Amino acid sequence: MALLEMRDVHLTYRTDEGPIPAVRGVNLSVDAGEIVGVAGESGCGKSTLVSTVLRLFPKTATVTGEVLVAGEDVLTMKWNRVRAVRWGEAAVVFQGALHSLNPIQKIGKQLVEPILLHDKKSSEQKALKKVRELLAQVGLPARHADAYPHQLSGGQKQRVMIALALTCDPEVLIADEPTTALDVMVQAQILELLTEIARERSMAVVIISHDLSVLATTCDRVAIMYAGRIVEEGVAREVFDYPKHPYTRALTGAFPTIGDPESRYAPSGLAGDPPFPGDLPEGCPFHPRCPDAIDRCKEVDVGLLPAGPARRAACILVNEGVAAS
Amino acid sequence: MSEPAEAIAADVGSDPALERRVRDTRRAGGLGRFILRRSLTGLGTLLFVLAFNFVLFQLLPGDPAARYRGVRDISAEAIAKLREELNAPLWDQFINYIKDPLSLDALSTFSGESVWSTIFGSLWPTVVLLGTATLVATIVGVWIGIKAGWNRGSKFDKASTGVTLLLYATPEFWLGLLLIMLFSTGVGPFPALFPSGTIKDAGIDALSIEGVINIAYHTVLPATALALVYLADYSLIMRASIVDELGQDYLTTARAKGLMDYQIRRRHAVPNASLPTITLIFLSFGFIIGGAITVETVFSYPGLGLLSVEAIGTQDLPLLQALFLFTSAAVILFNIIADVTIALVDPRIRV
Amino acid sequence: MSVETAPMQVLSSRAIARQRRVRSTKRFVEAFAQHKSGVLGVVMLLVFVVLGLLAPVLFPAEMIEPINTVNNPRMASPSAEFWLGTDELGRSVLALLVWAIRPSLIVGISASIIAMILGTLLGISSGHFRNWFGALCERLTDWFLVIPFLPLVIVLAAVFGQQGDWILIVVLGITAWPGTARLVRAQTLSVEGRPYIERAKVLGNSDWKQMSRHVLPNVMPLVIANTTLTVAIVILSQTTLAFIGLTDPNSVNWGSMLDNASASGAPLRGAWWYLLPPGICVILVVLAFTLIGRALEVVLNPRLGSE
Repeated sequence: MALLEMRDVHLTYRTDEGPIPAVRGVNLSVDAGEIVGVAGESGCGKSTLVSTVLRLFPKTATVTGEVLVAGEDVLTMKWNRVRAVRWGEAAVVFQGALHSLNPIQKIGKQLVEPILLHDKKSSEQKALKKVRELLAQVGLPARHADAYPHQLSGGQKQRVMIALALTCDPEVLIADEPTTALDVMVQAQILELLTEIARERSMAVVIISHDLSVLATTCDRVAIMYAGRIVEEGVAREVFDYPKHPYTRALTGAFPTIGDPESRYAPSGLAGDPPFPGDLPEGCPFHPRCPDAIDRCKEVDVGLLPAGPARRAACILVNEGVAAS
Repeated sequence: MSEPAEAIAADVGSDPALERRVRDTRRAGGLGRFILRRSLTGLGTLLFVLAFNFVLFQLLPGDPAARYRGVRDISAEAIAKLREELNAPLWDQFINYIKDPLSLDALSTFSGESVWSTIFGSLWPTVVLLGTATLVATIVGVWIGIKAGWNRGSKFDKASTGVTLLLYATPEFWLGLLLIMLFSTGVGPFPALFPSGTIKDAGIDALSIEGVINIAYHTVLPATALALVYLADYSLIMRASIVDELGQDYLTTARAKGLMDYQIRRRHAVPNASLPTITLIFLSFGFIIGGAITVETVFSYPGLGLLSVEAIGTQDLPLLQALFLFTSAAVILFNIIADVTIALVDPRIRV
Repeated sequence: MSVETAPMQVLSSRAIARQRRVRSTKRFVEAFAQHKSGVLGVVMLLVFVVLGLLAPVLFPAEMIEPINTVNNPRMASPSAEFWLGTDELGRSVLALLVWAIRPSLIVGISASIIAMILGTLLGISSGHFRNWFGALCERLTDWFLVIPFLPLVIVLAAVFGQQGDWILIVVLGITAWPGTARLVRAQTLSVEGRPYIERAKVLGNSDWKQMSRHVLPNVMPLVIANTTLTVAIVILSQTTLAFIGLTDPNSVNWGSMLDNASASGAPLRGAWWYLLPPGICVILVVLAFTLIGRALEVVLNPRLGSE
């Protein structure tokens, strides 16, 4: 059963300079116990996508489509229901390394807050007990509840954010850049923790990252975003090893293959910057930077096309069998 | 994946450094030392003010003793003695000054009495006036600031910012004059409700119930004049602090938890915004004194402000200097209180 | 026959720098124009400046000499002849009001310039020099910051006397500099922390050169915004001082008008035409400078963002 389902989601910001489409038709589906990764550069719309799940986008945004959390469409709910769904059914693990925690409140108090908010019958005692259990689950000693955010390291704060997200036993978990600004050892621990949680609790987990290598090992499936759309999706390991879309190829090529000295000298990386969402190129938005672009790419903007078993890619070359594997 | 054991232990589980930090958050000894340190700094500033005072006094031309001639009942010998003292070589005077920096014996050139007893006699009306005005201004100003900042760009925000900017630009004494004209004399449709001067009617005992009410009655107009201008300042400060907090990530976390708007504001935004606000409000105490001086004059309110203006009129320099010293000390004290309060309230400051 | 070809326009580095300055000035003006409040402030200020300049033309000086007004009605309410009524000496309130513009603006701006210069010098010194001199500057700034503003001004004015506006300007300038100094010091520290300054130091820049060519241009924009706000405070203080009687009794300014009004019982006689206008003028001028200063702060420091 798909615990999280996005159907043709569009999000456009209304600004003084005109409408800016940040998300242009995204379809995503995550089942219980499944971990799906969403990768892309800054500005591709992945963080905006996160804001649709809990309806955290600003009033100046126009959103169409459906975002179903456990079968209910968040976008058309009444606000009472939205507030209940927030944290109770779906939660977001924000980047903890920065200021996602109230700097002048103790950790424990911040963890207790959503419990008392969502469960009217609970008491402070019971909530604290649950908080201590959660801290243990994420690998932190219970006395951290008396600490203030500035007293914790980056990794510890990230664990607190994970514990915080789990306080109301949600069914859907979105981790927005959970490993950015952490060093590599800690990154690995955090990812392991997320995997454990997803499997044990049969949650639907989405991990957002600009770092494809992070997603390749942790996720079951991965979706690559570019200019507000998904341009490739499939089984994570396979997408990483055998990318079909030129953009994915560029992303994976940016990482040297350890053990293959040749790869260090092979040309990699991509010239140019991602397009500004308010000013997208004609046709395929990637064609100005695409090494394999042909003339038709300037005119035609295709959606996701089948590109192999359990794989789809938004590139006309895929169908014409020209894409290298 | 296998990682070295130290890396795991360092991040998770036992973290003696963190444990120590958490335990140390509220160590009484630390606070005492902090207050001591701050007080010493304050004392240093006060010494500077004293030195400044001394130098200033020496810059005056003419015979300092001659100023005392205006005092009734002062004998010729007393004047001669003063003249001797005040015309002693600079160095001797400085030594005397160090021995008794507060010039506790200094006499007012107008009344011939000790300046310090004069000051303390006029102290409590100013305390009443400033206390009332500041209290009202803080409550109203902070409320307006929070509402305006939280709903930035709304009609309330635009209207209140416009009004507070206007009030901020207003001289308090002019407001006082206006209030007298409107509510004391009564012009046009405005009723003559309040008295226009002094702190209480003669013959009423200040400490009786009737006296307290009478004093309150006389304090309404001057306190209003002050409070209106102060609250403009506080409101602008609070609004700016709230606006600074609006973009912070922890508020997004709060919203994502399912909190309602007013809960986010009350539990998270306002406490954080209050910290810089408290500091700035305490630090603006120096300007509050200025307002008190003029308003007391307008209302003939017998406090330190009126005393200052009278001292100016009679060229009573010892009294003026003592007043200056006193107000500086008060401001320094308030700055120390501000620092200590913030240290107590903000957990990020290690004391 | 020689063919003369026009030489190609090669711009000197100075010309390039000038072009760049013109362009950035244009950009600044455009950005400033976005802030309606700032523009309003500028307009208000211009009105006052024009009126102040035209004072002798609109109201000849003899009009406000008490000798000439003996026959005028005293403290009369507004009429066709005296649009804002008369004061206790029979002088036209409107004439006094317009004449009062000059002292207020001149004193306000001059004193603020003094404060700006002093504050910038001390601020840069305390931020730049790491030795005893810098520490001394820093201590001085902190001490003066703590001293309450008005009592200090009162003591200085009382000691140095009411000998005319010049003393007043100096006194106000000397008391207003600490705020600027603290701001400049913070900016100096931040600018000097940047890597290119370190490189300049290694290349052997002298202290003076570093301060004037690197720190100063970075610091100036905020100083200008701060100074504009200082003018507002100085004008308020000047009005207060005049009201207490510490300024030159011969100069006509809004504070002294209010002092006279109060002394001759205007509030008790309900003479609103005498009481309201000077105060309103003070409010408008102070508000103008405040609006301009706030707009400048936002334009020159993009981090502050929209209000």
